[in-house]
Amino acid sequence: MLHIHCPYCEEMREEEEFSPAGQAHIQRPLNPEELSDEQWARYLFFRKNPRGLHHELWLHAHGCRKYFNMTRNSVTYQIMETYKMGAKPSITASEEGQS
Amino acid sequence: MSQVNRIAASSKRINRNRTLTFTFNGKEYQGFEGDTVASALLANGVDVVGRSFKYSRPRGIITSDSQEPNAIFQIGSTQATTIPNPRATQTDLYHGLAASSTNGWPNVDFDLMSTVGKLGGSMMPPGFYYKTFMFPQSLWMSYEHLIRKGAGLGSSPQQADPDSYDKMHHHCDVMIVGAGPAGLAAALSAAQTGARVIISDEQNEFGGSLLCSKQQIDGELPSQWVEKTVAQLATMDNVLLLPRSTVFGYYDHNLVGINERRTDHLGENQLQSTRQRVHKVRAKQVILATGAHERPLVYGNNDVPGCMLANAVSTYINRYDVVPGNQLVLMTTNDNAYKTAIDWHQAGRKVVTIVDTRESSNGELVKKAKKLGINVIFGHAVIEVSGSKRVKGVDIAPINAVNHSVTGAAKHFPCDTVASSGGWSPVIHLSSHTGSRPVWNEDIAGFVPGETVQQQHICGGLEGVYDLSKVISAGFTTGAVAAQAAGKGEGSYAGTLPQTSDPQEDASMALFHVPHSKKTSRAPKQFVDYQNDVTAAGIELANREGFESIEHVKRYTALGFGTDQGKLGNINGMAITAKSLGKTIPETGTTIFRPMYTPTTFGALAGADVKHLFDPARFSAMHKWHLDNGAEFEDVGQWKRPWYFPKPGEAMQDALERECLATRNSVGILDASTLGKIDIQGKDAREFLNRVYTNPWSKLAVGKCRYGVMCKEDGMVFDDGVTACLEENRFIMTTTTGGAAGVLQWLELWHQTEWPELEVYFSTVTDHWSTMTISGPNSRKVLEKICDVDVSNDNFKYMDWIEAKVAGVKARIFRISFTGELSFEINVQANYGMHTWQAVMAAGEEFDITPYGTETMHILRAEKGFIIVGQDTDGSVTPQDLDMDWVVGKKKEFSFIGKRSWTRYDNKRDDRKQMVGLKPKDPNFVLPEGAQIVFEKNQSIPMTMVGHVTSSYYSACMGYSFALAVVKGGISRKGQSVFLPLSDGTTVEAEICSPVFYDPKGDRQNV
Ligand SMILES: [Zn+2]
Repeated sequence: MLHIHCPYCEEMREEEEFSPAGQAHIQRPLNPEELSDEQWARYLFFRKNPRGLHHELWLHAHGCRKYFNMTRNSVTYQIMETYKMGAKPSITASEEGQS
Repeated sequence: MSQVNRIAASSKRINRNRTLTFTFNGKEYQGFEGDTVASALLANGVDVVGRSFKYSRPRGIITSDSQEPNAIFQIGSTQATTIPNPRATQTDLYHGLAASSTNGWPNVDFDLMSTVGKLGGSMMPPGFYYKTFMFPQSLWMSYEHLIRKGAGLGSSPQQADPDSYDKMHHHCDVMIVGAGPAGLAAALSAAQTGARVIISDEQNEFGGSLLCSKQQIDGELPSQWVEKTVAQLATMDNVLLLPRSTVFGYYDHNLVGINERRTDHLGENQLQSTRQRVHKVRAKQVILATGAHERPLVYGNNDVPGCMLANAVSTYINRYDVVPGNQLVLMTTNDNAYKTAIDWHQAGRKVVTIVDTRESSNGELVKKAKKLGINVIFGHAVIEVSGSKRVKGVDIAPINAVNHSVTGAAKHFPCDTVASSGGWSPVIHLSSHTGSRPVWNEDIAGFVPGETVQQQHICGGLEGVYDLSKVISAGFTTGAVAAQAAGKGEGSYAGTLPQTSDPQEDASMALFHVPHSKKTSRAPKQFVDYQNDVTAAGIELANREGFESIEHVKRYTALGFGTDQGKLGNINGMAITAKSLGKTIPETGTTIFRPMYTPTTFGALAGADVKHLFDPARFSAMHKWHLDNGAEFEDVGQWKRPWYFPKPGEAMQDALERECLATRNSVGILDASTLGKIDIQGKDAREFLNRVYTNPWSKLAVGKCRYGVMCKEDGMVFDDGVTACLEENRFIMTTTTGGAAGVLQWLELWHQTEWPELEVYFSTVTDHWSTMTISGPNSRKVLEKICDVDVSNDNFKYMDWIEAKVAGVKARIFRISFTGELSFEINVQANYGMHTWQAVMAAGEEFDITPYGTETMHILRAEKGFIIVGQDTDGSVTPQDLDMDWVVGKKKEFSFIGKRSWTRYDNKRDDRKQMVGLKPKDPNFVLPEGAQIVFEKNQSIPMTMVGHVTSSYYSACMGYSFALAVVKGGISRKGQSVFLPLSDGTTVEAEICSPVFYDPKGDRQNV
């Protein structure tokens, strides 16, 4: 059971208040009609599944209802940071010496 | 029979003034307050407590703690209060306790199955389960009932549990698991910094090993120190003491799950308080002080009752005043276990001999034993036990542990008890729960916790530190360090440490498998895992059959699979595997322990979340009216919605037909309050709707409504509903009942993550409004009677909404229709819902206004070909598949959600499953929903399935049955026949048609 810091509520809360919403930092293409099927499919279906650091989108569903980002280790379940929408992660896999 | 093994009173833990009567397998016995069921049975000289799982061998009590593999009972006197599988060693005795063996059939003393050879060894070799499951199912079927009956691990209660349970949540600075010397010292040290401390222990009182130790602390018995320390902790406001509380799991981010047994020790039906309480503790720092379990030695016939762990024997003597036999042989690999022989001797019973597997030892305890006149034989081992229901004697022979051989002739010694000690194994279970891999510590020949990412500290026996002085000192240090890590104190303990001097001990020997003069495979059975009857020979056989990974060996032999999770046998099993594979133990590795540490009752885990508290229920404001009027209900999400309103004596189908006809011919009324309602405001609200709906919203004027469909980005329909323009920058969106929460989340997702620049706000208002839909040709006449504005067709057009007063209450009325009839959806503030409903019913009385539920709603909308998202669609259906291209905006500037995906190759196929109507050839036959559709009636199996029925009903209005379905390329197949092979073997024919069966031109809703 994760213990999660909501960057909007600025409090540690129990995992059951939150819902995961997949990979973070996926931007919707601004020009969908100009993309090939393959390019569109890449946006639509392809997701990372790293062993180690992962940037995830979470929702404080039973709280402030805000979406936010989380950098989490998929092996140890350690949460390295949570940060607001629009912000960049301060910890990334390359800095940790991972690919 | 009296308590033959109870010795003169010396332990403070046994209250001789309170005699407790209990039964075991129907026979009455007596024990004392302070006993466990196990100590009381041993006091009464009960040897056989169960039969073994596979070989049906008589089994006795081996341990005094959570390791116990044999004394697993069914406890409780009724079918409501019976508990399967508690360990007798951990069950406090109470007056009237009724216990029975779980695994003796027909009884433990005379076992039919062993007599007739039932599933004897040859029928259940190692890998039995594995092989049986791999075989055809029929073989498992033939074994299953025998195994269940013969081996059965207790039976579930057949009646409802009368007890109550609850849960508590805590936050603390330091959570300490285990209240032995290390844990108590840590608690005191941490608590003195002012840190919030919780300390729990699975036993009925704190103290752990100190409760039966004789090694003085500060010149007193260690139990005195325990008493003082606990008393001191009890006075501190920042400390919570939890005895009888097992930490069953250690989870991520320092979450600790504890089951506190509050009334189990008092007896059954203690309804004055909750029976058990689960504590969920989120701790800044966790200290594991779980100690160590003694390891038995593996030797021939080591399961005969009377074979016990050395430390358990000492515990029964010192803590319970019970000596579980008369003539003891102690086999040990270490000095520590000499205590047991000394305890036995001092209790006034005979120690036949100590058999020490080492060549020599000059430790203090060894000297003390010799001084007491106890015989010690070095360089030998007990290689075999004789006896069946009780040990009768042992064969002792010289051994060479390095060669794993017996080096001389065996000599027989009569005795009735064999205590063995192969050293100690740290209790690493909890530290393993969070994924930490244990590491092998050669010095103590045991696994200790490895690296972890948790805020975890370990101290005492768990670290492999066994000298009491070091354990206590480590406890004080660890407590201070953990408190400091939690932000309290200076990180060191300032007080004086209690003084104790440890006996000097010589090195112990690592011995996991005692050799026999015969090969392991021919020697008498040498049990490793008692609960699953796994022997040393069985493990070697598994290795020979190619199972080399310890996880495979575990699954093949069932080693460690019992309710004891292999606490007793795991290390020996791994060591035997390692030896047989020619590897080291660290190379072989260990299996991983997972929660629960010991079995936890479902009642405790459920807590108070049972019956009506299991799941919240939502009711509309008119719910009581529905109840009073005989509604049958169905669950839609958490909502209780009227399903239909049967009149007395009316069957469901009769009620549906009456409700449908009444609505089509006069007027019906539906409680539609559960539809999701989202208030959307902001200057960019309209633009936002353009992006999330498939159709255009730019021109929807104030006072108008529009039906909209939402797709996911992959182009598939995921919700639909009517949205009305309330003001220029304000809309009210309706969603399906079940989709309300998901739609709101979806809107927020896009707004927050992709389009934060749009100024728009979403509020759920589902519960703020009561909604009642009146539908049918007379609906206007009903509304006119109670409404303060002109609702004629000229003044109030189809797909308009107006604000008006209905029955004196401010209302929003939407002229929309889900039935195809003239309809008005009246929305009032929820607390006027009942009032308005009753007023509408009164006004409608002259038209015989008929309440209908969700089922009639489904039939009426299906007659019109209106989809229900989630019933007619399943997340793989586009608007085009539904033949609803009319709901797709062609000129919208923004590439709205889902649009791009419709031109993906796969979504352009013309053989996609498409929504159509089906008319069964037999007009009275209602196709089963979910039935598969084929084009070729006589195709051989497997047939090519081309679709399925999504909705199917009998229409009283039309006089025939009909269905909605998805069929490959169905839109261009109208008029063709399809076939539906049903589960009863028959095949039904139906004709593909338009999904709009009733009033195709839509005249009726426009009047
Ligand atoms: Zn929040």
